[in-house]
Amino acid sequence: MSVNALYDYKFEPRDKVENFHGMQLLYLYWPRHLMYCSPFAFLVQPDMTFGAFIEEVLKPAVEAHPDSARARFLDAQWQLNGEPFTPDPSATLKSSGIDHKSMLTVITPELNGIAGSAS
Amino acid sequence: MAVKNKKLNLKDKYQYLTRDMSWEPTYQKKEDIYPDERFEGIKITDWSQWEDPFRLTMDAYWKYQAEKEKKLYAIFDAFAQNNGHQNISDARYVNALKLFLSGVSPLEHAAYQGYAKVGRQFSGAGARVACQMQAIDELRHSQTQQHAMSHYNKHFNGLHDAAHMHDRVWFLSVPKSFFDDARSAGPFEFLTAISFSFEYVLTNLLFVPFMSGAAYNGDMATVTFGFSAQSDEARHMTLGLEVIKFILEQHEDNVPIVQQWIDKWFWRGFRLLSLVGMMMDYMLPNKVMSWAEAWEVYYEQNGGALFKDLERYGIRPPKYQDIANDAKNHVSHQAWATFYQYGHATNFHTWMPEKEELDWLSEKYPDTFDKYYRPRFEHWAKEHAEGRRFYNNTLPQLCQVCQIPTIFTEKDDPSMLSHRQIEHEGERYHFCSDGCCDIFKNEPEKYVQAWLPVHQIYQGNCEGGDVETVVSKYYHINIGEDNFDYVGSPDQKRWLAIKGKSSEEKTESAKQDAA
Amino acid sequence: MSQLVFIAFQDNDNARYLAEAIMEDNPEAELQHQPAMIRIQAEKRLVINRETMEEKLGRDWDVQEMLIDVISIGGNVDEDDDHFILQWN
Repeated sequence: MSVNALYDYKFEPRDKVENFHGMQLLYLYWPRHLMYCSPFAFLVQPDMTFGAFIEEVLKPAVEAHPDSARARFLDAQWQLNGEPFTPDPSATLKSSGIDHKSMLTVITPELNGIAGSAS
Repeated sequence: MAVKNKKLNLKDKYQYLTRDMSWEPTYQKKEDIYPDERFEGIKITDWSQWEDPFRLTMDAYWKYQAEKEKKLYAIFDAFAQNNGHQNISDARYVNALKLFLSGVSPLEHAAYQGYAKVGRQFSGAGARVACQMQAIDELRHSQTQQHAMSHYNKHFNGLHDAAHMHDRVWFLSVPKSFFDDARSAGPFEFLTAISFSFEYVLTNLLFVPFMSGAAYNGDMATVTFGFSAQSDEARHMTLGLEVIKFILEQHEDNVPIVQQWIDKWFWRGFRLLSLVGMMMDYMLPNKVMSWAEAWEVYYEQNGGALFKDLERYGIRPPKYQDIANDAKNHVSHQAWATFYQYGHATNFHTWMPEKEELDWLSEKYPDTFDKYYRPRFEHWAKEHAEGRRFYNNTLPQLCQVCQIPTIFTEKDDPSMLSHRQIEHEGERYHFCSDGCCDIFKNEPEKYVQAWLPVHQIYQGNCEGGDVETVVSKYYHINIGEDNFDYVGSPDQKRWLAIKGKSSEEKTESAKQDAA
Repeated sequence: MSQLVFIAFQDNDNARYLAEAIMEDNPEAELQHQPAMIRIQAEKRLVINRETMEEKLGRDWDVQEMLIDVISIGGNVDEDDDHFILQWN
């Protein structure tokens, strides 16, 4: 389907990777931890390692959650854009196939949020 | 005095105003005079079939509007002269007005522009007159709302730069983009979006129970502008219904086009109203009815009657209505939790409900509140009491269509987000729901351009890379005055001073209450 | 399924006469008081008659005067010099 318009209606996507000055967007969703209302939107360097992403980006973001101290993120179940994904801590985000505006999902089955409420 | 039977009756008078002051062009083609009337694919065969439900002539219009204004301003004056702001239930209430002034009043102005524009586009005189009157009404609403709330601006923070904030602040892109989407559509879609889906089907939820709630919280100025605006709304709603019936009756090819617009604009309006749900359940200290109850009366019951009436044209209730109906038990809590954790980037204060308010929510939402939300809120209250007020320091993912953070959950599993994602021409896009994802798929070119506040910050287009600079420099939110928790805010201190208490006394009495 | 029409007025002096007239002409209607407003709903149809209103007020009354006090309506509108009717077909 397309827009019904009086002229040739064509526009550049506003969030192409070249608009982010060498960085890229990466979203991360930690299911059953809805204290964080939505997936996070991170601005990351494509050549950052996955291990550094966990330590320097993800862990500080979830620090306030009571489950965060017990979360073993590297051993958790991961998805990349809805497909199963095996993280390699020494690989870069780019070489792990994580491109601009990708979404990671990290499932920690033993952790069910505040008082088990999925919060 | 004129003898009664000599007067023209209502129908005749209106006929003279609309039809007989219009004329058939002779030296220009009609298509050139009304160039936007056909490109949407809507087929109008006979404009004379247009039925004017409110046959309001210009003289009667000015007379009644003038009377409404006189009543309204008499109350504004009395409210200001008697320091009416001191008689509201609690200063937390004023935060709903801050959201209203920056989120809703600019929409009234956008509606004025929209109706002024489409009021030029129809070759039928009846539709043109109705749109022009509505344009004037909407301008009046924008002005009276600003007048009413200017009194609060003298006494509370966060109301000082609403128009500027509307164009820039992250969550205000939700209402702004809603209206921009409608105004950049063709004239028939605009009327279906705003007159029908928004005014007829959904605005009652804002202007009726919320305004009644304003009265219940002692705010006579707001309830009066609200109801005064809504008295015009009765006309607008009637226009909305008339528009839909007229388009549907004109040609059967119009039915699928209108159905798709209804699906789209119901969903967009429903998402926008998440903000109103939160205002009702969390920002009115004295409660009138819950958001779920309001949804039942004004959407399920009244909307149900409406869509039953439209069945004969081949129109069905909006797609994903079942999801919206189920979400009445969730959206207000999800929205409040979102604003609470991003309360460092808002022009209003947030807070955790007090114990009796939590109990009210548990009672009104027996199937959802205790199970999914109360533990989260009690945890936050405890953290705050121990000196760790929770703020989320990472920006949220936004929906490409409604621009709300992707906070909504699955109908069948409220512990999981109803996130959706697709690829379109090599770019990834994310959505809060199937409803918003469908809207994108129908018109991708429109939404790939979306100005998403989070991405704009990350692109460096908002005067700074850190939240503090964006909030103060780009948004004009005064840090430490307008934002953060209500508890400890200058607003709270001022309110306690008005009520003759110091904050220490309040804390003392709270401790005694607890003991 | 029931199909209700409704009308809501500001709770003021004028509206009290209106509510009285409506309840007299539509005995099956249901009247609800909410803060600052009066809401009246009825199955399928609700009518306001000019004649009844003039009797209540003791003066001439123009049907369109109701526009000053009305907050909201639900239903198809049919209006002429003598009536204001809300209905679902």
